[in-house]
Amino acid sequence: MEVTDLEKIVSVLKEKYEEDILYAEMLYDFPTVSLKKEKIVEIIQYLRDNSETKFEFLTTLCGIHYPELNQIAVMYQLHNMMTGKRVRLKTYLPIELPTVTSLTSVFPGANWMERETYDFFGVIFEGHPNLKRILNVDEMIIFPLRKEYPLEDQVREDKNDAMFGR
Amino acid sequence: MSTLTEDIRMADRPEGLEGQGFFATKLQTVVGLARKNSIWPLPFATSCCGIEFMATMGAHYDLARFGSERLSFSPRQADLLMVMGTIAKKMGPVLRQVYEQMAEPRWVLSVGACASSGGIFDTYSVLQGIDRIIPVDVYVPGCPPRPEQIIDGVIKIQRLVETESLRRRDSPEYKAMLNTYGIE
Repeated sequence: MEVTDLEKIVSVLKEKYEEDILYAEMLYDFPTVSLKKEKIVEIIQYLRDNSETKFEFLTTLCGIHYPELNQIAVMYQLHNMMTGKRVRLKTYLPIELPTVTSLTSVFPGANWMERETYDFFGVIFEGHPNLKRILNVDEMIIFPLRKEYPLEDQVREDKNDAMFGR
Repeated sequence: MSTLTEDIRMADRPEGLEGQGFFATKLQTVVGLARKNSIWPLPFATSCCGIEFMATMGAHYDLARFGSERLSFSPRQADLLMVMGTIAKKMGPVLRQVYEQMAEPRWVLSVGACASSGGIFDTYSVLQGIDRIIPVDVYVPGCPPRPEQIIDGVIKIQRLVETESLRRRDSPEYKAMLNTYGIE
């Protein structure tokens, strides 16, 4: 039987980082591996340099808020341009103190993505050269994509129930 | 035979006292007439309303017919600030600076739902109407408004320009109004 992409990635990971794997699954046809946060940067570097995986491109990086778990996940999506294979890595951080090591030492392109994740979710990337807000106004005091904050601006006066049936 | 000069519509002569060899009227009326027909707009276009503005300036609608042939891309020489499109909160200080750089007398036309009230973008990142940071003279509704509506807005601005007292900008009321926006 042919080895699936997920099995291959997991077997490569198990060579060195077996105890860091929380679980591995296919989510929406996408190999997804959840990992402990301590060695995440080391693992991404390993997947980048390993000749079997060669995930040399960081497609994206973002935060996800899980209010029911009181956790913020950071998701990394890697791409092997030669084979077209992709992988998604997730690591979970406690909402009280969401800190994780910065990926900028491995992928310099992570710089702005980590600033964006800090801007919207308040994830603190340790070792980031310039961790400050990137898209929102500097005066903003909230992390707007955390689900406890309302999406809508609270100053509108023209939206009342009579007009919108709410 | 129709000549070109017959096709050109001149501005109407203002009310005044007329006799042989002289015509007397108020200075304010003459200045208003001149200003009204030579407004230099500064387009501050950020989204789809800006596309409608391009149509407004194009040959078919041609805002030049109303004396606004010359767009000013520097706020220093502009009379009319036309804000067309969504203004994000991060853009707010930029818009405000542009307004502050304009010389008096200056007018502001807010084109479209987004500039006037935030429009559909009721969200934490979008300014809910530019009148939260700068004074606005005329609002044009629409999402986006058609060129006819933008022209209608400009004509309403022209009426304000024509009838404005020459001393209005020096009045304490005007200064107090600017102060409510924190503009000196």
